[in-house]
Amino acid sequence: MPTASEWAIIALSLKIAGAAILITLPLAFLLAWLLARRRFPGRMLLDTLVHLPLVLPPVVTGWLLLLFFGQRGAGGRALEALFGTTLMFRWTGAALAAGIMALPLMVRSIRLSLESIDRRLESAARTLGASPWRAFATVTLPLALPGVAAAMVLGFARSLGEFGATITFVSNIPGETRTLPLAIYTALQVPGAEESVTRLAIASVVLSLAALLTSEWLVRKGGRHVL
Amino acid sequence: MSFDLAITVRRPGRTVTVRIEPKPGITALFGPSGVGKTTVLDAVAGLVRPDSGHVRIGDTVLFDAEHGTDLAPERRGCGYVFQDGRLFPHMSVQANLLYGHKLASPERRFMTLAEAAGFLGIEGLLHRSPHTLSGGEAQRIAIGRALLSGPRALLMDEPLSSLDTDRRGGIMAVIERIRDELALPILYVSHDRSEVARLASQVVELK
Repeated sequence: MPTASEWAIIALSLKIAGAAILITLPLAFLLAWLLARRRFPGRMLLDTLVHLPLVLPPVVTGWLLLLFFGQRGAGGRALEALFGTTLMFRWTGAALAAGIMALPLMVRSIRLSLESIDRRLESAARTLGASPWRAFATVTLPLALPGVAAAMVLGFARSLGEFGATITFVSNIPGETRTLPLAIYTALQVPGAEESVTRLAIASVVLSLAALLTSEWLVRKGGRHVL
Repeated sequence: MSFDLAITVRRPGRTVTVRIEPKPGITALFGPSGVGKTTVLDAVAGLVRPDSGHVRIGDTVLFDAEHGTDLAPERRGCGYVFQDGRLFPHMSVQANLLYGHKLASPERRFMTLAEAAGFLGIEGLLHRSPHTLSGGEAQRIAIGRALLSGPRALLMDEPLSSLDTDRRGGIMAVIERIRDELALPILYVSHDRSEVARLASQVVELK
């Protein structure tokens, strides 16, 4: 079984991944909705930008975050001036990095579920007296829910595995930004820590498997409505 | 009350022009497929915007290009029975039936759930899920859902086309009862001459 300090690493990883998908979800839903439903100039560009974290080396994403949220970056100065806080070397920064890396996956999953909804059902709701907003809330959103849930689980799993952008942006600080992958990487540098590596790796595998199984189950559950 | 419309709708590749004089009972829109019959229903329901003309039901103006009147679909009170039913797949039959009923103001409602269920012979289906229904059952629920929303008129898009001959008689009888007992004006799309001859008091042919 993991030691107390290893449990703390697992708990920190769960906290960071949880915060990451909670801050990313509203943005991911909005982006998915825009890409699935709206035709506007710059749509292709937005689509490309959303997918960028998927193909960029994570170190580059981390470096860009560092530039923007560092002490001299626009975002970093704004946070300092408005809230007197910083994301640098903090678990909140790790959550942001993980969230940005998870964004493309989450947008894809939500977008697919939105695109699979028959829009004529919304027309039917309108003829029955529903305003556009009510049609969205009572028809579109419930039908998209399995996709949204799958996006959250996938994003959570992706966040748990985040390494490159995190270590570049917020470094590898025990108790603050040292998540499971970073802890495994650190333990690998230490002679004689193989057992700790094994336990942390098993924890990673278990968490990832659980997340994947959950998302698969949610997608199947959602598929029943469509068929 | 009856339909009074004269509209032109331009769609990619064709222009649909139709004129319907006010006349009580069922007005059939008749013509081969692809001629724009559904487009006319969509225009009456407010799902498609005509390029010119007017749409009135009785004294209520739903659309008037000259005066800039264009009511949103939810304000038109058109009970639309779609060709494919379009029941909400994530709701029970009962929740489907009550969807528009709950949104309608009490004075617009003319039927309770129990009355509609009895009228359509669907009492045994209320707790089923739409995907377990046969074509004829789904079509009855679709008609019930439209009636329960307290509409001022019904729009029916080939409600018999997905049914076998046995089921057609049953639904046709239901439509006749809506015409005779509820006195709702009905705009009825079909490409079947015998259907139109049996139901309609006025036939508008689209070419």
